[in-house]
Amino acid sequence: MFDFEVLYEARSVSNAIELLCQHPKAKIIAGGSDLLIKIREGKETGLELVSIFTLDELRGVSIKEDGTLCILPLTSFSNVIKSPVIQENFGVLAQALSQAGGPQIRNIATIGGNICNGVTSADSASTLLAWDARLELTGPSGVRLLHIEDFYLGAGKVDLKPAEILTAILIKKESYSGYFGHFIKYSMRRAMDIATIGCSVNVKLSEDKKAISDARIAFGVTGPVPRRAPTAEAAARGKAVSLETVEEFAAAAQADINPRTSWRATREFRTHIAKEMAKWALIESIKLAGGELQ
Amino acid sequence: MRTKTVRCTVNGVPVEKTVDVRASLADMLRDDYALTSVKIGCQVGECGACNVLIDGECYNSCIYLAVWAEGKSIVTVEGLKGKDGLLHPIQQAFVEEAAVQCGFCTPGLIMTALSLLNSGKKYTRQELRYEISGHLCRCTGYENILTALEKAINRRDNGE
Repeated sequence: MFDFEVLYEARSVSNAIELLCQHPKAKIIAGGSDLLIKIREGKETGLELVSIFTLDELRGVSIKEDGTLCILPLTSFSNVIKSPVIQENFGVLAQALSQAGGPQIRNIATIGGNICNGVTSADSASTLLAWDARLELTGPSGVRLLHIEDFYLGAGKVDLKPAEILTAILIKKESYSGYFGHFIKYSMRRAMDIATIGCSVNVKLSEDKKAISDARIAFGVTGPVPRRAPTAEAAARGKAVSLETVEEFAAAAQADINPRTSWRATREFRTHIAKEMAKWALIESIKLAGGELQ
Repeated sequence: MRTKTVRCTVNGVPVEKTVDVRASLADMLRDDYALTSVKIGCQVGECGACNVLIDGECYNSCIYLAVWAEGKSIVTVEGLKGKDGLLHPIQQAFVEEAAVQCGFCTPGLIMTALSLLNSGKKYTRQELRYEISGHLCRCTGYENILTALEKAINRRDNGE
């Protein structure tokens, strides 16, 4: 038995918004793999909950007519990983999500929940940031679009207005077409563990594969919220595909991060491995894109 | 809403019970249906002892609300018994390979094993390790469990 006060089950997205308007203190529960554990541990008690778990209209992965990738927020990690659309164009997202929890957790955990709980260590976060994802948020006054980076306000804090829910995760065609990416999770164990650092990189190479047309990188756990590393990106953009560029990119990434010391790792250790992760994630991305490094 | 009538299929039988909305699926299966193969271990989704199949997929029933089971088909170890009372091939493989010591993790592992058998796929030992990474066993050190999984999958593929 869980120690919460009351549960309202939403029948549709609009009903969920109505319920959230009627019960302004209520929290949204999706798969519950985060919230139910907080309740079990006594960190949250007496909550009013609005369950959106059974809203199948918020499940699925598709490519829209204009080429935009659309991941609906209640899609489980397992179903994002299995999706042919993801396998074909976003292997790096499948790679990142495959390292979260264990099989049963990946079946219940939703990608939207992973974003909305605002945790810097979320395994989806660095990859979605690195792919320039946009979030569609639906509330009582309509729909708005927000860049995922702007959604993260602070540790555990996201820009969800009262009675608003995440209704889609979108990646534009120009953000993914021609890009290849690689993700690295550094953690003590290979399953059922939280990242000490997560790093996701993707690149687009010039036609002759000799130069980096664009490079994007994002980290989780190098600060209170997942962040892009713009100095590193600038250090690689337009440069020749070479180990020298890779080293410059990795060194520059250190200027963008501000990790803390926690029981998992010290600031110094995190700073060190962040550089190594940036380097190896870029090397793997370049290889995937067909580039050659001597 | 404090209580709700949940209609679902449990081990192939359509059933309904009115449950407290605060109940987990593990609570409902154990307390309302006396299915005590569903073990309550960590209660936070880490140990896998409460794992059951919901519409053919593995879920930790300790962190799944009972009310979410509405309309779903749930299978626990009790549902594996054959018509003639024989053990299921995966249970038989666990017995033969001594993959059980204290037995607390076994029902959860059996359900993951069943989903692997049902997938029709082949797995390397390394892949099997990945597939059972949501289960903690503190007795056998996993080796016998992996051997039992390999045996059951081989028998499936050889049509035994």
